[in-house]
This record gives sequence, C-alpha cells and structure tokens, in this order.
Amino acid sequence: MSAELPCKLKASDYKSNTKPVWCPGCGDYHVLLSLTKAVAQIGLRPEEIAVISGIGCSSRIPAYLNCYGFHGVHGRALPLATGVKVARPDLTVICAGGDGDGFSIGGNHLLHACRRNIDITYVVMDNEVYGMTKGQPSPTTAPDWDSKIAPGGTGISPFYPLVIALASGANFVARAFSGDPNGTAKILVDAITHRGFSFVQILSPCVTFRPDQRGWKKQVHPAPVTPTSDASQAARRVMTDDGFNIGVLYKGSRKPYRQTVGTEIRFDRNLDEEFLV
Amino acid sequence: MQGSGVPDQAGSKDSISTALVGKGGSGVVTAGAMLLTAAARCGRYGMMIPAVGPQIRGGEAAALLRLGESPINCLDDRFDVLLGIDWQHAERFAPDIPLDAESLIITDPSGGAVPGLIIESGARVHELEMKALAETVSGGRPNMIALGFVARLAAIPQAAVRQAIAEKLAPKGRDAVIASNECVLLGYDQAGRAAPLDEAEAEAAADATGDASRCRWLISGNHAAGLGALRGGIRFAAAYPITPATEVLEWLAPRLSDAGGTLVQAEDELASINMAIGASYGGIPSLTATSGPGLSLMIEGLGLAVGAEIPLVVINVMRGGPSTGIPTKPEQSDFNAAVYGLHGDAPHIVVAANSVTDCVYTTQWAVHLAEATQAPAIVLSDQFIGQASTVVDPIPAIAFFAKRRLADNIDENFARYALTADGISPMPLPGTPGGQYTADGLEHSVNAKPSGLLEDHVTQLDKRARKIAGFDYGQHWADIDGDGELAVLTWGSTTSTVREGIGRLSTNLTANLKLISLRLLLPAQPRKMADALRGVERLMVIEQNHTGQLYRFLRAWYDLPAEVESMHRPGPSVFRPGEIAAALRDWCRQ
Repeated sequence: MSAELPCKLKASDYKSNTKPVWCPGCGDYHVLLSLTKAVAQIGLRPEEIAVISGIGCSSRIPAYLNCYGFHGVHGRALPLATGVKVARPDLTVICAGGDGDGFSIGGNHLLHACRRNIDITYVVMDNEVYGMTKGQPSPTTAPDWDSKIAPGGTGISPFYPLVIALASGANFVARAFSGDPNGTAKILVDAITHRGFSFVQILSPCVTFRPDQRGWKKQVHPAPVTPTSDASQAARRVMTDDGFNIGVLYKGSRKPYRQTVGTEIRFDRNLDEEFLV
Repeated sequence: MQGSGVPDQAGSKDSISTALVGKGGSGVVTAGAMLLTAAARCGRYGMMIPAVGPQIRGGEAAALLRLGESPINCLDDRFDVLLGIDWQHAERFAPDIPLDAESLIITDPSGGAVPGLIIESGARVHELEMKALAETVSGGRPNMIALGFVARLAAIPQAAVRQAIAEKLAPKGRDAVIASNECVLLGYDQAGRAAPLDEAEAEAAADATGDASRCRWLISGNHAAGLGALRGGIRFAAAYPITPATEVLEWLAPRLSDAGGTLVQAEDELASINMAIGASYGGIPSLTATSGPGLSLMIEGLGLAVGAEIPLVVINVMRGGPSTGIPTKPEQSDFNAAVYGLHGDAPHIVVAANSVTDCVYTTQWAVHLAEATQAPAIVLSDQFIGQASTVVDPIPAIAFFAKRRLADNIDENFARYALTADGISPMPLPGTPGGQYTADGLEHSVNAKPSGLLEDHVTQLDKRARKIAGFDYGQHWADIDGDGELAVLTWGSTTSTVREGIGRLSTNLTANLKLISLRLLLPAQPRKMADALRGVERLMVIEQNHTGQLYRFLRAWYDLPAEVESMHRPGPSVFRPGEIAAALRDWCRQ
C-alpha cells in the first residue's frame, strides 16, 4: 500500500492487490470494476471511502479495494456502516453485500436503514442464491427453483427488494446489471452523490450455481422512465415491473439522518453539578 | 453478639429502613424519592430501591428506603416501617420487606386489609387515614400524607421535606407544592401522635432548617456508569432498550450530545453492538448497554471486536436469568456468559462494579482498558446497584481517559496487525492516507489479508492473547480490606453486603479476616491473587447465582487454599448483611 497516489486517480488505483475468491465469470467482478469507476469519476480519495460488508461471496469486496474496509459478521453490514457514518460523517460510506446477507439474515436492518435515511449507499449484488454455501435458495429465489435443501423448490414467493426499500423510506432506489459496467458505474455515481440512504440492487449472475442467469443479459432493458421524486409513482413502477428494468427509479428529497458525532469533543454541561443534592 | 448459627436479625442500629407500597400511580416512589432528597439535605446518607411487580409497568409498586448517618450501600436485614397506601398485591413484596415484632405497619383502613403474609410478622399495626386526610386538602394526595408521616418517624425536619417538594414539584406549579406541603404537615402531626419523639429529637426536628449545604450526590448505578463512560471519553452509544439497563442509555443520550457525541437507538441488540463497533472503527470511543438477553444477542459482535481488534465497551446490567428470567430483580448469573460466551479463543476483558459509586470508576476504567488494548471490555453491574438511588459523597474524577495507539506515520511497510512485543498494533483511522486496510472477522495475516494458514492463525491468536494477558492492570484488579488467615472473596454488588456483614462480627473474628472484592474478572490474575492469598488458610467465595459461577472459574484459574467454601444462591432477593454475618460466624469458628 503506498501513501503516495497521484492527484487524479484512475479506476485501477482503487483496487487492491488481493485476488478475489470469486469463480471465473462471476458478476461481482464487474461490480468491483463499476464501483472503482464510479469513485474515480466522483474524484474521492481511497482513504476517504469506507466500504462495509457482512458475509457472503459479494461481501468479500472491501478487501479487493484500496479503501478503508470492514468485513464484519453475517447480516450486520448496515448497522456497522451506520456506526461508521454517524461517527465519521466526513467519510463516504458504501455498504455492500448479497441477497442472503441483506434480505434474509439482515432483513430487519434493511427496513431500519431505509427508515433512518443515513447518508450511505447500499449496494446489493443479487444473484438469487447462497453461493458461498454452495447453492441454497435466498429470499429472492423463485419458488420452484430446485435445490438439495429444498427439493422441488421452496414454494415461497420471492421478496421484492425495491418495493421493500421504497416502502421503508429509502431516498434513492435503482436497479443495475453487472454485465453493463459503464451503466452500473453511472448509477453508482448518482447513488453515492445523492444525499440520504441510496439503495442499488445490482443483478449479478452466479454462473456456478445459477447458470440459467447467463440469460439475464438478454432479459435486462433500460427502464423506459426518468427518475421520479414522487414515491407513489415510483411504487407503481417497482410493483409492476418485470424485475429487469434497469435504471434509477426513485430519487427522493427526504432529509438524511442528522445525528452525527462532532469532530470537537467538549463538555458543555457540568456533569458533577447535576448530581448535587 | 449472637450465638453461632442464629441468623443475625438485629439489623443495624445506625440506620432506619422504611418501605412504602401502593398500586401503580399511588406515588410511593415519588414520595420515597422526596424522602431520600430531604435526608440528603440534612446531612444523612441513604438508598432507595424502587421495586415493581413482574409486569414492570402498572400494577403494584414499592419504594424500599434505608437512611443513616454513614454511607449506605446495601439493604438492612429488616424494615422498621412498612407503610401501605393500599395493599393490592403487596404480599408479592413480602420477601423483600422482612418485618419483625419491633416493626411498625402503617395502613389506611380504606385501602383494604393488610395481607396475612405481612401480618404474620407480628409487627405492630397503626392505622392512618391517608385518603381521608388528603381529601381535606384541595389537590391533596395520600402519598404526601405518607411522606410527612414517615419523614417524622425518620426524624427528617419538615423544612428539608418542604425543600424536596418544592424542587420536585416546581414544574407542576405553586398549587401542587402548597397542597403537598399541607399534606406533609398533616402526616407529620399524625406521626407525632402515633410515635412521639423524645424531647431532644423533637427540638432538633423543629429547629433544623434542612438547608444544609448541597454537599452530597444523589446517583444510581446506571447513571454512575453513564458518568464513568463520559468521563472516560465515550462519545458514541448505540442501544436497544432493556430492563434494567435503559437508564444508562436515557441518561447518556442528551449528555452525549452536549459532549459532542451521539446516541443512536438501534432496531435490536445485533444492530446496536455492530453500530458501536462501526463507530469505534471510525475512531470514536463507543459503547452499548444491555442486560442478559441482549448480551446473548451481542455475543457474535463481541467476537468480531476481538478478531478485528476494535475497542468497545458493553455494560451489562444483570437481572435474573436464563431467558427473560426476572427482568426487575438482580442476579450475578451472567458471569459465565460474559467470560465464556464467545466462540473460538477470544481474549477479552470483563470487569465488575462493586457498588453504586464504583460504577463510575469501573466503567471509566473499562473505557481505558478497551481503548488501550483494542479489545472489547464487558462491564458487569446488576439491577440492584443499577437502579438504586443512593446518597453518596461526591465521586472524585480519576485520570483514566481513552487513549488508543494510533498509526499516524505510515510507510510502505505498515501492517495493521503487526506482531508487536505487547501485542498492541498501531491502528490507522479511516481518512489516514496510506493506512487503508480491511478490518475483518476472518482470520488474517499481519497485513489484514484473509488467511487460513496455521502460522497466521497462531501468531494472531498469540498476539491477541498477549495484549490482554500482558496488560498492566495495576492495583485496580481487586479491592482488598483487612488481613488474616481467613479470606472472603466476592464480586459485584454483593461486596457491600459482605462488607457490612463482616462489620457485624466481633473484632476477634474480623481481626483475622480478609475481604477480596474482584473487579477484574477476566483475564485472571494468578500472580496477584497468589500475593493476596499468601498466608490465607481458608477461603469463602460468596456470589448471587445458582451454580457458583465465579467459584468454578477460580478453581480453574487460581491456586487456592486447601479449604475453599462456596456460598451462593440465586436471586431475586439480594443477600442481607445479617445472613452473611451468620454464615461467616459459623464458618470462622469451624
């Protein structure tokens, strides 16, 4: 790691020299590329960025970046990221992970992170499967997807992340596709620079356990709409879309969470005085 | 001194114990708080334990008070006075309010019959028409009649009670203050008739102005823990409400803001501990506070803080367990969870506060330890000291202040988890150019790269163990009083009761008795303990849980004298000094 980076940084300057654990052809490689393109385009310094994650294939992403990172425990990426951002409002905080980490074990935190509207960006690489544990259904898996743990399928309807995020108060809702790194980078720039909680679902195929997802590149299409700040209009969009609409679907103007730790530590109160009786 | 084996029920002659009971909303806790404040104003010390039924809110309530001329740190064996504004479910409090033939029960005939379980004590019964008397005063309330009555029995001057009322009721307006004062006067007069004071006492009570200089503190253990945290440098807290720890959080919230920090209310304990870890990773000394069930949920987060080497303080205010257990009652039964709960080999720090005042000291020390060692420190307190309002001498400031070893000068050889002699590696804060690393719960190399290699695992395990085991904990590891061939070892809130129990033994017994109150539970301090136990032939370990959790830990980690006895019993009732004195008297003479 070098302390001396040039003034104008390229996307590759944000990558670390650690080799990803991902399978060849994994969609997450492109998400990594898109993320480095986005932060380079915004012009953030690597040391000003904190990338926070939980557990899963995609949650390994902090170590592949030359930024500050935290690879925490399963499902708790959002609380970890919340703590970092509240304590250090000067940092750009990006939370990243997969559909199992974010929607299953960490599902409750998603609701409250959206509601709290902290100024962070949450990137979920959704491949509708638990890849690290070798192929179990996740909350976004179709009900008839056959697996060892759920032969013949779970029979349970999938979770609609964008609907949930919007209903819970996320201030920015978008869907991206890892197979289009430039398009994804553009959406990420928009998400990172938008104030408040930005939620980006990135369809990121798992070629190992969901080879059928190779077909996604033919199914995705740009959302035939412009971003709206009208939540009811956005709700109609995300409730009725086919799951392959790519683009920024909602950009709200809700005030971000305001509580932060100041840089100056002081004692404004005489703590001893108040106990006197 | 009583004979061997006879429980010491004499109680203390230097203090008066008063219990007020009534249904929720009857204002017994308010009246108790005013009595405590008034006592402080005329130079007394005291303690009040607010008690509620199992449902926490609504239902019956009680205020257990003990007032005295010297500092009060535990309840007495018996109560001198039990006043019932009414008796709805009051028998539930009977085990907490032991009475005897010398005690006085004060009852309002309109509030129902005194429950048989309470009458059985043989205490004298005195009727006081609190409801009827309160109705003679516009806006009057029975609890203020009760306050006047018990204030006079405790020889608290009226002026001091009036001052307490004026302060407490100021927000409710002048009429409320006047009505309460009139009621107190009526109660005071009634007490004069019921139990006339002797001449000198009556004179003193009439003359005293109650305007003693404001020289005492009124503080609970939960507020004291908050104070210790703030003094120690904590500036971020994330929390989920839980009985009996909530007061730590409610006290901290506005005061953290005033100190440039903040408190975030999290969606659950999993979130709160991870938020605190995130904030601490960002460089801000952080804590969360909880009780047993919350601690169980936080265990995975504690392990993350161990592995990623993140300073963190978790205050655990113990209650009866397991599971939901007895939320409103104390127990020292989270020792095992705090010490052994984490999976893997996970060195961390566990300390225990041994009094209300010590909650300041021990919490502040914990912040210092966590920051210095880049590891989590659990502070064990319990419902008893956590929720006891206590009149104490002002608690002086101590020098511990959070100081983390930071990495400022970073060169190309920088490694976040470098293997240093003391195991503590300089930590770069986000924003420091060149210091970028990924903190990880995965095992890692010195460069913070994930690693499953034997060498990395062993060297990092060693390093994390070394920094905790090798740290200089100074003399703070235990409070030691006395010397002798017999030693009593205890921890936490039980300490004060044991100390008072020892104080009731004859001097020929105490002359040969040493008291060790363990503040540092983990890591074990075998060498210091060996020094403390030098010359000790027999040891008694006293704690409030069902299995002798500390005793078993001592057996594993320490060289103990040949004869060791374990005295342990679970909550919900706290130990009483007479119970300890009786047990020790038997044991000393064996």
